[in-house]
Amino acid sequence: MIRLQPEPIDPELIRRSLEGTDAGGVALFCGEVRAVTGEVRTERVVYTAYEPMALAEMERLAKEAAERWNARVALVHRLGELRPGDIAVVTAAACAHRAEAFGACRFLIERLKADVPIWKQEFGPDGSVIREGERTVEVENADEVGG
Amino acid sequence: MTVPVLLFASLRSKHGDCVPVELPADATVGVLKSVLRSQGLWVDGARVAVNRAFATDEHTIEQRDEVAVIPPVSGG
Repeated sequence: MIRLQPEPIDPELIRRSLEGTDAGGVALFCGEVRAVTGEVRTERVVYTAYEPMALAEMERLAKEAAERWNARVALVHRLGELRPGDIAVVTAAACAHRAEAFGACRFLIERLKADVPIWKQEFGPDGSVIREGERTVEVENADEVGG
Repeated sequence: MTVPVLLFASLRSKHGDCVPVELPADATVGVLKSVLRSQGLWVDGARVAVNRAFATDEHTIEQRDEVAVIPPVSGG
């Protein structure tokens, strides 16, 4: 399962999509929206993507993980408006053993955060910023930047 | 040739979804980057994607390619 979706993510649905009798372990990572980063409070975030490329990159990462760890994998990211506590991303891997499952799952989230063209705009009491990697860029008009 | 260049993140908030960029024929991604920099259409750490894949500076751009500037990403 490789998806970008505006709907809430159901991790159990993703786990079930990886069911099979060949796997002895499923590792599943949920990335959630933080209410506070350092001293900055976040009330809501909006994720946008360069969707066709993001899906292509996700497919490429999934293929690489599947081959390297002999895994069945899933990669789902949410788009649109989210609140603190909401699940933004799930990466999951089903493998024969736990070491491979953790390895593949970790690889998927680390590479997604480095290479998949998705961006987060954060809205808080002091205005709005767009995150670009580790840096934040202030947005003058607080309108959402479309994806 | 004029190539439409897709923008995202802070570049999109400042300059819109897409800007036409005038390039010499057979321009490479490296040439495109210097043109974008000179027009303020670049941010540190950005990469260029051609036809929905990251492209090296040596890659030659064709008129009909889908070209995009990808600022550092922040998904996850």
